[in-house]
Amino acid sequence: MKYQSQAVAKPYFIAAIGLFIGQIVFGVILGLQYVVGDFLFPEIPFNVARMVHTNLLIVWLLFGFMGAAYYLVPEESETELHSPGLAILMFWIFLVAGALTVLGYLMVPYATLAEMTGNELLPTMGREFLEQPTITKLGIVVVALAFLFNIGMTILKGRKTVVSLVLLIGLVGLAVFFLFSFYNPDNLVKDKYYWWWVVHLWVEGVWELILGSILAFVLIKTTGVDREVIEKWLYVIIAMTLITGIIGTGHHYYWIGAPEYWQWWGSIFSAMEPIPFFMMTVFAFNMVNRRRRNHPNQAAVLWALGTAVMAFLGAGVWGFMHTLSPINYYTHGTQITAAHGHMAFYGAYVMIVITMISYAMPMLRGRDAANSGKSQVIEMWSFWLMTVSMVFITLFLTAAGVLQTYIQRYTDDPQPFMVVQEKIEIFYWMREVAGVVFLIGLVVYATSFFIGGKEPEEA
Amino acid sequence: MNASKEYPPGDLAMWIFILAELLVFALFFAAYAFSRANNVELFNTFQQTLDTDSALINTLALITSSYFVMRAVADIRQNRQVECIRWLLAALSMGAVFLIVKSGEYVHHYSAGINLRTNTFYMFYLSLTFFHFMHVLLGMVILSAITVKTWLGDYSATEHTGVETGASYWHMVDIVWLILFPLVYIMK
Repeated sequence: MKYQSQAVAKPYFIAAIGLFIGQIVFGVILGLQYVVGDFLFPEIPFNVARMVHTNLLIVWLLFGFMGAAYYLVPEESETELHSPGLAILMFWIFLVAGALTVLGYLMVPYATLAEMTGNELLPTMGREFLEQPTITKLGIVVVALAFLFNIGMTILKGRKTVVSLVLLIGLVGLAVFFLFSFYNPDNLVKDKYYWWWVVHLWVEGVWELILGSILAFVLIKTTGVDREVIEKWLYVIIAMTLITGIIGTGHHYYWIGAPEYWQWWGSIFSAMEPIPFFMMTVFAFNMVNRRRRNHPNQAAVLWALGTAVMAFLGAGVWGFMHTLSPINYYTHGTQITAAHGHMAFYGAYVMIVITMISYAMPMLRGRDAANSGKSQVIEMWSFWLMTVSMVFITLFLTAAGVLQTYIQRYTDDPQPFMVVQEKIEIFYWMREVAGVVFLIGLVVYATSFFIGGKEPEEA
Repeated sequence: MNASKEYPPGDLAMWIFILAELLVFALFFAAYAFSRANNVELFNTFQQTLDTDSALINTLALITSSYFVMRAVADIRQNRQVECIRWLLAALSMGAVFLIVKSGEYVHHYSAGINLRTNTFYMFYLSLTFFHFMHVLLGMVILSAITVKTWLGDYSATEHTGVETGASYWHMVDIVWLILFPLVYIMK
């Protein structure tokens, strides 16, 4: 660790991992509810479990991004963080607000939560992924503003690099687009239209900038390749991301009542969205092959390469599968979407946060560069357990989705939704088994932090 | 002079970007062809409402600008910064001609009440040309950046990758128009 203030990243990373475990526990509960409908009912109904599963994901990824920024920016800017105290204060505010929100989901009915939190003053609740009470949303804005102020001031007073500027653009975009969660028009078309400005422009827009810059940072550090080379790639990747991602929003406008030209705009531009992810894969492997050093933290390099591959597969390939409007006409909202969602979130955002944690945590815990060989072996085991089981979750859900699309929508004799759900039950069972393996992988990952031993030498 | 013998000229990353851009345009052209095949009459009818004179002026403007950019690259390879800047400025002014003429067309269509929803032909015409319009704009930003850097003395006979990189991008913008112009304005 080069700068004392980078230490504020540590609680963020710990919270991220903790919430990640919570997310996966709820994921396993949900997976079982797909096949055993009344499991844990009425204590944890399906809709609540789903809300907790998705909301925890977003919150822990945000913790991860913030931790990553607090670690990365001082080092890139070659100066101490503007205010470590503010960063710690915001950590506690965000954690408490997040915990209270999840408790609210679990303890009281959603409608009661809305009443308790004064939703009628500024109604923003009730929409997928943006279920948080308005007061929580306001809290997120406050935390985001304080965070951006802290990061921005640090960058302003120090060295300005492409990596930190791209990260800053991504983080500012994240905050700006979140503001659309407060816009809740009565017109359902408009509602959906702008809802995607948060959801799509986050994950297929500005988050990709955050992903690109963190990946670039870890690759600079672990490969020793010239910064200029890596920055050039980063420029090209983000340009392509923005061109395809922003207009690619159109692939959500096919069936919501938006004008017809979105069929073309959405299809053409979103079909190009795999390109920046493919570039990222080529970039990551290229840099590792051209490495000037063998960094002792091989686990971090594995996570970085894994991110590039899995993001391309999950976001790129699985997204492309159902992005063209004539195909999406049939596949819309089936398990194919769920398959894509799982692998894309894992491959792109879960893995990049773990990459950063894997790289930074040893230093944050007082080591020179890496954990012991033994700890890294365990960590790599967790990499393979989680990644392979995620591949299987995706494949099973894809099979379920293809079958569902066919029986429910494509045949001459379409069957009702629930009849089809019973027919594809076997895939839900297999997905659940893969989900349990994922949870085991995650426990193995958490265990790796408690394995000591001597640091390996740089080869 | 060594750099000029390298192939491809300019930065490899830019070439990947150019290929990706060409892929987007290719998809757009294919979609246009596919839709036209299903609506030949509609496309032919509304094609006649387009201003081919303006499009011809724009074609000449872009071809000329590509020539100017080529001269700029040739000059920097000979270490002639001042001449390089002049040619770049000339190319930029041709780009400006394109933007002005094209904007005139848009104003004309807009005042006639035409928009993306009017019909499939106009949807493609407006989408394709506007997407290209934005590329001319981006190309001009890149050429401007190169001009400034040349003026600051950052390029020379030995180091001028930036000029070649920008020139490559500009030529791509030009080539796309050379396909777009006959495809959308002329072909029946």
